[in-house]
Amino acid sequence: MQVSTFRAFFAILFLSFYSLGFAASKTATKDSSEGDEPFNASELIFHHIGDSHSFHVYGSDEDHFPAALTIPLPVILWTDNGLVTFMSSEFHHDVDGKVMVERKGLKFTNLHDKIYQLDAGALAVTLDKDQHATNATRPLDFSITKNVFSMFLSVALILLIFLFSARSYKKSNTNMPSGIGRFMEPIIVFIRDEVAIPNIGEHHYKRYMPFLLTLFFFIWINNVIGLIPFFPFSSNLSGNIAFTLTLAVITFVITIFSSKKYYWKHMLWMPGLPVPMKLFLAPIEIIGMFVKPIALMIRLFANITAGHVIVLSLIGLIFIFETFWVAPISVLFTLFISVIEVLVVAIQAYIFTMLSALYFGQALEEEHDH
Amino acid sequence: MDLIKPEIGLIFWTALTFAILLFVLRKFAWKPILGAVGDREDSIRKALAEAENARKEMQNLQADNERILKEARAEREAMLKDARDMKNKIVSDAKELAQVEADKMIQQAQATIESEKKAAVTDIKNQVANLSLEIAEKVIKEQLSNKDKQLQLVESMLGDIKLN
Repeated sequence: MQVSTFRAFFAILFLSFYSLGFAASKTATKDSSEGDEPFNASELIFHHIGDSHSFHVYGSDEDHFPAALTIPLPVILWTDNGLVTFMSSEFHHDVDGKVMVERKGLKFTNLHDKIYQLDAGALAVTLDKDQHATNATRPLDFSITKNVFSMFLSVALILLIFLFSARSYKKSNTNMPSGIGRFMEPIIVFIRDEVAIPNIGEHHYKRYMPFLLTLFFFIWINNVIGLIPFFPFSSNLSGNIAFTLTLAVITFVITIFSSKKYYWKHMLWMPGLPVPMKLFLAPIEIIGMFVKPIALMIRLFANITAGHVIVLSLIGLIFIFETFWVAPISVLFTLFISVIEVLVVAIQAYIFTMLSALYFGQALEEEHDH
Repeated sequence: MDLIKPEIGLIFWTALTFAILLFVLRKFAWKPILGAVGDREDSIRKALAEAENARKEMQNLQADNERILKEARAEREAMLKDARDMKNKIVSDAKELAQVEADKMIQQAQATIESEKKAAVTDIKNQVANLSLEIAEKVIKEQLSNKDKQLQLVESMLGDIKLN
């Protein structure tokens, strides 16, 4: 049973890449046939890897169901007049700041998938030459965007997988898992034996296990969701800098709170070195303290985003060359990259977890360890 | 550039979601799973140690058996040797005793023979003496019954004396 589930998963994965090519080709064809302007690959790519206030499933924005389907998502704004909520469908697919939504006496509009609040008295958005709004500001936006929706989906998936796993242990009287738990246990044991124990040490590792496991699976599942290019997946959450920033900051905060005296001593007054060297190293070490989480943030963000960009660029080749003879090459390369991506997303989740564990281990280091 | 500008909304939702996920999973997934895995590993470790102990005990037992067997064999050897020695000793003792007894009996027999011989000789001597006397009596009686003879006798006797 285990094997067939696994096989089905991969079948879906590969089919989905095929359908990505299909979906992309459909929208792009429309773009190039309707407008006179040439196909803009970077616009398509940036639109795809960016966030959105609605979840586009299929079809063109001009069409209506069943020819096209876009799932509206809730917009939640914190404004001067309090909390404002409405569905993104009120913008009627407009992302150019043309449609106004009025709530609590304030006018809101969607400009390039960002909600703007028009200044008092303004009736329409005026744009400068860089497409920036001159008479509108952005309220605090806590909307359930495509990425947030995807994150909730990943949480549901993770909870489903691991609550079932945990239950399968309770059901057996020999502490043996069954079903999905049997698949997950080696990964959990791997995180414990290869990530937590070698980096943090036998004494302290237990305290960090829940964080490391949650971190690993949260990143991994979200990475995999990003690889599946159709509704309700296809978001680019783990390739979003806000997401990686938050996780890196959490790792940083835990590192600081776990740190012992020796960590600071090692950083500010490096033992066993002449004084000028100590003075020289202290600022470098302090910078290093901040560079570590920043590197974590950028590594995950860049790797996942790069994967999406490569796949979209390869598919985009078809429209750049305006011939379907490129399609076999594009699809072949996309398939190749996708297979690599399957590895990369797991490795990136592992590296993020590994380095977090390493930083915790460094913070917990005692004098005699050196 | 939008790409590297973090949105406050997503930061907020990520932090909140991650915190809730961490809390829920810690309580309902990681604790039972890691607990179960740990318990199982402990029990495996214990079972292995027990098996090792049993193996050692078995080895000890086997060694004991071997030792006991060796001891038994040695004891049997010793017993056999003892028995053999005892047999030899008894036989030799018996032989010695028999020799001594036989010697004693021979000596006794010899003494008896000697005394018997002496008695017999004495008896013979007495008988010979008696016989001689009787003969002498008879001879003398006969001699003395005839004068000539008496004279003859005296004469022969005297002759003997002369010869002497």
